[in-house]
Parts: sequence; C-alpha cells; structure tokens
Amino acid sequence: MNLKTSSKLEKVLKSGHIAVTSECGPPRGSDPKAVTEKGKLIKDHVDVVNITDNQTAMTRMCSLAACIHLKQMGIEPMLQMVTRDRNRIALQSDILGAASFDIHNMLCLSGDHQSFGDCAQGQNVHDIDSMQLLQTVRHMRDNGKFLGGDDIKRPPDIFVGAAANPFADPFEVRVPRLAKKVACGAEFIQTQCIYNLDKFEEWMRRVRERGLHEKVFILAGMTPMKSAGMARYMKNRVPGMDVPDEVISRMAGVPKERQPQEGIDICVEAIQRLKEVEGVAGFHIMAIEWEEKVPEIVERSGLYPRPQV
Amino acid sequence: MIIADKKPIEEIIQEVKDYDRLLVLGCNECVTVCEAGGKKEVEVLASALRMHFIKEGKEKKIDERTLERQCDHEYLEEIRDVIDQYDAVLSLACGVGVQFTAEKYHSTPLIPGVNTCFLGANEQRGMWTERCQACGACILARTGGICPISRCAKRVMNGPCGGSSAGKCEINKDLDCAWQLIIDRLRDLGRLDDYEIVAPIKDWSTERSGGPRTVVREDVQV
Amino acid sequence: MRLKCPANFRIIRLPCTGKIDVIHILRAFEKGADGVYVVGCMEGDCHFKTGNFRARKRVAQAAAILDKIGVGGDRVKMYNLSSGEGPLFAQYSIEMDEKIRALGPSPIKVALQAKKEAA
Repeated sequence: MNLKTSSKLEKVLKSGHIAVTSECGPPRGSDPKAVTEKGKLIKDHVDVVNITDNQTAMTRMCSLAACIHLKQMGIEPMLQMVTRDRNRIALQSDILGAASFDIHNMLCLSGDHQSFGDCAQGQNVHDIDSMQLLQTVRHMRDNGKFLGGDDIKRPPDIFVGAAANPFADPFEVRVPRLAKKVACGAEFIQTQCIYNLDKFEEWMRRVRERGLHEKVFILAGMTPMKSAGMARYMKNRVPGMDVPDEVISRMAGVPKERQPQEGIDICVEAIQRLKEVEGVAGFHIMAIEWEEKVPEIVERSGLYPRPQV
Repeated sequence: MIIADKKPIEEIIQEVKDYDRLLVLGCNECVTVCEAGGKKEVEVLASALRMHFIKEGKEKKIDERTLERQCDHEYLEEIRDVIDQYDAVLSLACGVGVQFTAEKYHSTPLIPGVNTCFLGANEQRGMWTERCQACGACILARTGGICPISRCAKRVMNGPCGGSSAGKCEINKDLDCAWQLIIDRLRDLGRLDDYEIVAPIKDWSTERSGGPRTVVREDVQV
Repeated sequence: MRLKCPANFRIIRLPCTGKIDVIHILRAFEKGADGVYVVGCMEGDCHFKTGNFRARKRVAQAAAILDKIGVGGDRVKMYNLSSGEGPLFAQYSIEMDEKIRALGPSPIKVALQAKKEAA
C-alpha cells in the first residue's frame, strides 16, 4: 500500500474499505464536553470525524481546538478549514499547528459568506480560494516548503481533500470543477448532501468517464432528514441543495412522529443504493445535531463494524 | 467611473451645524454622472440646508460652487481666492476629491457630502453596479472579460463556489454569480476548455493590501 | 367659464411638467411659499411621453427633502388633468388652498418674517 500520510482515512480507503466519516459542529461556547460528548456517540461507528469551521459563518469554538479534543480521546479528527477568515499566513500557521498535534486530515473549503452568520458586518478575507488552499497544503507536505519558498522543519503530514457539490449550478462544469480540484491535489472528496440520487449517479457517470474516480476517493454526503419541514427548508433555503419533490412527499406522507424514522430509512436506502455505484469510496454522514443516530445508520447500512487499520 | 451615493441629509446637518459660513462644493466628473455630487445636487443640498437653518433661526451663509474636478490641482486653485470666506467646505466629490481639497486647503475643515461606493458602470438609469476593485493586476483576459474579484462575493479565483444557484449568488438572489457569467461567456467564445486552467495564487501586493499605491510615469512627466 | 378660484397662488408656466426640477420646488419654499403644486397632463397623455412621470418623481423627491428638514412634504403635491378640464383645475386649487391653510404658514416664511422684523 502506497501511503503518503499517517492518516487513518487514507489507510481505510487504500485498503479498499468503504470509508465512513461524520461530522461534529463545535459549540458556541468554550465547554469541551459539547465536542467530546458528540464524539463519544459516534466514536466506534466512523473512521474519521470532521470538525466544521464556523459553519454558516456563525462564530463557534475553533475547528483546530475541537479537533485536538477529539484526538485526545482517541478519535481521528478531520480539520475543516475555510478561506473566508484567514489569509495565507494564518492558514499556513494553522496547518502547522494542526500538524503539531498530529492531525492528519484536512478539508479545504471557501466557507459560507459571512452575511449568513452573526458577524455580517465583518470583513471576509479570501486571500486564496479553496483550490489554492489544496495546493498550499500539498506544497507544504510534498515539497516541505512554505508558500514563501522557505523550508519547513517537520512538514505537515496531512491527507487533504475538498468538497464537491454535484448539484450546484452550472451543472456542465461540475465535473470539470472536480477535475480542477484533483489537479490541485485533492486526495478525497466529501460531497454535498445527496437526496437526488439520479442526478448524483449521472454526475458519477461523468466522473468515471474522465477517470477521476481513480484519482480521488469520493465520499458521498448523507444527511438524514428529521421532518418534512426540514426537507422543505433544505430545498428552498439552503443554497446548492437539490431535494426532489418525492423525498418531501415521502416525508410528509407519514405522521409527524414517524417522520424522523422515515428520514433515517431514506438515508439508509440511499447509502445501500450508492454503495453499488462504481467510484463511491465511502460515505460522509452529516447528522446535524442528531449525532446519536449515526450508529443506527451505519449499522443498518451494513457498514459496521469499522475495519481496524 | 467612481460611483458615489448621497449621504442622508440628517447626517450632513449634524456635521455642518457648527459652521456659520459653508461652501457646498460639487464636482463635474464622476459624481455628476452618477447624480450624487454635481451642480444640481449642490443646488438642492445647499437650498435644503439654508432652509433648515433659517427654520432653526440660525444665520448662516451657505454658498454653492462646482469645480471641473476636485482631483486636480489646477481646478482646485479656482477657489483659492474665496476659501477664506468659509469656515468649512462640504464637498460632494468622491473621497479622492474631498481629500485632495483638504490637502490643498489645510486649515479649512472638509466634510464629505457623499458616500463613495465603488468603481462601476451605469447599468440603467438610477442603477449603478460594481465592475472593478482596482487590484492593480488585471486578470480579465483569463476570465472571459468578467472580474471575479469585484463581482464574486468571495472573490473566488477558481469558481463557482457551492453557493451558486440558478445563476445567482448565495448572498442575494438578485445578484448574478460572477462565475456563471464567466462560464457562459467562455462557452460563447468557444473557450470553455480554459475553465480547467487553475488560476494561480494571486499576488495582492498591487492591491490595497500592499499599502497606499502610487503610479509613476516618467514618460509623461514634465 | 367664470370659475371661482383662490387668488393667492402664482402660476409658473412650463412647456411640460417634465421641465420641473427639485430645485425649482425648493427655491419656491426658500423664497417663502407655503405650498407648491404641480399640474401636469393626464398620465399616459404626455406630449413628451414621460414628462409628467418625471415630474411626479421629482415632486416626491422634493417632498422627502422637505420632510427631512422639517418644512413638511405634504406642502407639495402633483395633480394631473387634461387641458379641457378648467373646473377641475379650479377644484384642485381650492383643495390645495384649503390644505395649506390647514397646515398653516410654512416655517421658512415664519422665520424669514421674524428675521425681517428683527432687522
């Protein structure tokens, strides 16, 4: 096995297992329990846990600190980093900080615009974009150099990936855009939440046409719906989200108290269907403030127990 | 051109209320075209201020003048012989004009009468939109003639981001996604393959980040 | 037609209400007018296509400014009628006269008179 990093995710993927990742949103406060409790719920059912970076531009505990809390309890964390809030000095510095705690996974994102969050009047940085952040991490890791050209003593040992949204517009550049991310050094991809399975499979077909599935591990993003209301909200309010009407009517078709279970069922069925799609290397289960359901989803999808690597 | 917008008159009244002799100074260039600080706006603002202070029972001299440009020494010299008649100048020029006037007339307080907004175009009557952030290193040749720095909310150099939906930006449904426009134009130009060229990390030192900028052109200096 | 009409207003003739500008309205108040009304052609019947629509917008702009400086935007109003509607013109004049009388003299006029008396 040709491993480039000490990442557990890389080992799982390169051993040919279907990887399972999940995510935790850090708290809007400084209590570490908010992270560690969530970690405990999913610890044994996933390989790696993403920690979001001030998602929806709401100020929260920093991703790096939350990653360290998980690491200390034996969970392999994935540092999410957005280019919205840091310039290239801060980004490189935080990458080194993460590497110093042996955090071996990182996801490069641009981040939601600050107008969605609690600091709408703040500046955004966007010194570099998410693709250039991928290049930066790979440059630091593979060449052992800073962007400025100087050598790094003990370069970061980080498996690096990016997000992809198969449903955003314009659809015609969705696959070329993935190709660009791969060209920039993405080693894995975690996708936007998938509800429109047909469209996702069409995207995967085009991904395979270009052979991209052989160059990058694609983890399909899954978010169970708690209610028909949430389904409608995701369809209408969340940018770049594609929720087909049949999903909404299926959720709405059962009594309110049955809807959470229906949401889990839809999620499990989707994973079972997408497991068979060539090029899908794993699943990224984002159970937003519903982490306790991750074990059930993983078990029912036939992804438990997790491999020991 | 430089696009400016009128400041609320209440704010202007607050700023000028302590000066008894005020010159409202317009500019014939960009702010005239965008109807924020030309001769007409000077007339209206001065009239409104005069009425406000008359009503308050305050005796004030509020005069009007509009210069060809406030960003050029020679035009600013035209008020040198009258500047001492005023306690302050309310300039309706862009931020450049206000500062240049302040530099020239060091002992006269300068108050801005407009908010300078951006470098933009006259999209339609009464509507101006941003087109340039003066980054000092133009990349339009590589982006289908559409600028992601000024027109993308995240100035993403390799876009679009995941928030592009039906051609619109995630921050506002009325705002075009710059990258949708870029892709549309590249397609129309038969250059969609260029989309896959990764834009390198940008050198921002020619932008605001590099500190206040100066252009020196020895070839045109006398 | 011998129509009764208040005699306390001055008519300023324009080739088209599209000629009127915000400053013209403001100047009238600066000189002590208690109210200004603009009478244009029927909407859709402008000889210059949009002159009366422009006038309506400018009247609204002037009203907004007069509100902000405490003179009162309700002292300006835009009316539309056709050239054959003399009785309607008289009716609008009466209506405006009554409205301005109810509002009382313009604070600018009051201040200007106070200044004159003090001098």
